[in-house]
Amino acid sequence: MTVVASPEVADQDVPAEKGAAERGSRPGPRTVRPSEALLYAALVIVACLTLLPFGWVASGSLRSLADIRADPGAWLPSEVTFDNFVRLFATEGFSAYLVNSIVVAALVVGGNIVAASAAGYALAKFDFAGKRLAFGAVMAALMVPYTATFVPQFVVTMNLGLVDTLTGIALPAMALPISIFIMRQYASAVPDELLEAARIDGAGELRIFFRIFLPLAGPALATVTIMSFLAAWNNFIWPLVVAQSTSTYTLPVGLAATSNAANNVTDYGLMLAGAIVVMLPVLVLFLFLQRYFVQGVAATGLK
Amino acid sequence: MTTTVSQTGPQGTAVSARPSRRAKRTGAHRRTLVAWLFLLPFLAVFVVYTAIPTVAALGFSLTDLRGTDLRNPFAVEFVALSNYAWLFSDGRFVRDLGNTAIFVLVGVPLTMLLGFALALALDAGVRRLRGVFRTIFFAPVVTNVVAVALIWQYAFNRNGTVNEVLSNIGFAGPNWLGDPNLAMPVVILLGVWRNFGIAMVLFLAGLQGVPEDVHEAAALDGAGWWRRLWHITTPLLVPTILLVSVLLTVFYLQVFDEPYLLTDGGPLGSTESVALYTYHQFGFGQFGLSSAASFVILVLVAVVSIIQFRLLRPRA
Repeated sequence: MTVVASPEVADQDVPAEKGAAERGSRPGPRTVRPSEALLYAALVIVACLTLLPFGWVASGSLRSLADIRADPGAWLPSEVTFDNFVRLFATEGFSAYLVNSIVVAALVVGGNIVAASAAGYALAKFDFAGKRLAFGAVMAALMVPYTATFVPQFVVTMNLGLVDTLTGIALPAMALPISIFIMRQYASAVPDELLEAARIDGAGELRIFFRIFLPLAGPALATVTIMSFLAAWNNFIWPLVVAQSTSTYTLPVGLAATSNAANNVTDYGLMLAGAIVVMLPVLVLFLFLQRYFVQGVAATGLK
Repeated sequence: MTTTVSQTGPQGTAVSARPSRRAKRTGAHRRTLVAWLFLLPFLAVFVVYTAIPTVAALGFSLTDLRGTDLRNPFAVEFVALSNYAWLFSDGRFVRDLGNTAIFVLVGVPLTMLLGFALALALDAGVRRLRGVFRTIFFAPVVTNVVAVALIWQYAFNRNGTVNEVLSNIGFAGPNWLGDPNLAMPVVILLGVWRNFGIAMVLFLAGLQGVPEDVHEAAALDGAGWWRRLWHITTPLLVPTILLVSVLLTVFYLQVFDEPYLLTDGGPLGSTESVALYTYHQFGFGQFGLSSAASFVILVLVAVVSIIQFRLLRPRA
């Protein structure tokens, strides 16, 4: 699959910035293009429109109920208050949802690290009977649409006795095909000679995997961690189906349920604070580890 | 090609080195065993949550399975294709197929155009702040949809921010999400906002592969920016364009989160996608019918995926 960008080239920062420097340094023929100033203006406008919802939610979450009732359409709080956040955690059950989301994310990330590093390594570094079949399974997992299987998945979960449990929410996402693609791609770049040398020295396969491959696989493991965390944290439809009581709600399900509760419909500030709590962790991670997010998404074009 | 190589390999060594061949074979057996052991965690999840459910979905779709039958699955009756026949005679399902087609036919080109334009601008148009712009444009991709949908709902409320802005410039804003003609554009807008960053990143990666010197040669020959875009960049990007269009088509074919959260398919079913139909029938306890509808999505996605696979194989 050439779709999968290799770990080294996938980071677009380096070539893009280098190209820019080269182009900037000499007045080449490429300077003949629509005015750069106009482009900046257009980009800034699109950027503002993109960021508008974020700014609006941040401002709204800091407004008091009275403030919002007085002027629903105002852009800035007349007085900044953190009361909405306090109410979310004190009375709306968000502390439990937050803990559930963290537990589910930890299970999913842990599962993906184990399943994907092992499977990706095997697919990249072993020639074995049935390899095409195994690869076909990964492709199938990637292609079968989620919406097509959630009814039988629910029946399976019920028969496993996992309905309304955090394990039931996490389990289907614990070996995501995208994680396997990322690991397989990375493992392909590890030189065979390294593994062969260890084999000649008499190292067993498990030892080679743990002592030689895994220590080299840091960047790929980081991408897998980020991608599976993102998948777990943002997943909505499956937790919505499996979680049947508030004690197993994850943050997105809890937020949707809270916003549907009749007395909250007009309580904008509370709901916007809830939206902040749900989106902020991922956005902060994204700001600091952007490279891995972009790599992961570019890897297969899947979230 | 690869098959010929693997056939001649063992034949060539067969006569000269029998013991080493046996050693090789046990080695191969061992490697096969080890490889499958490494694959075990993935395969366990795959079998339980993808393989069995896919076969089961097909099976369910041929029965009259209901929510009440789940404790006693053998009480269900085999109804052959009558769920499918019912679906395609159900005005609601046919309407939802149409809605899904609108999501695909409007959402995919809009998302691609925006992503392509931004990728072009960031690749060659501007020299500074590329990283900042890329971060901003990609942020929606990682943002939780439940949270954004909430913002969308408040913004497009009758008294919401959008109408506030409109009234400031002298327009009386409509009830966006309550109007069967206006709800769809608002729902699609959320889909585009969430997905254009993916298109942009994939196009940026594609643009890295367009050689600079071809551009410069064409420019020296007097080709303008638009001509070069149309005659050089676009043809060289065909593989990326195909990839992005197929990926986005698969996304929008399964569109669920946006209509579920914004309108729950309303008003008057004007935004109900096939995926949402599946979920609603599941909610009504109509598991057989729900599975049949979901299998229709599966077939549509499979067709698109097979096209994708065919298109990408020559490059692999």
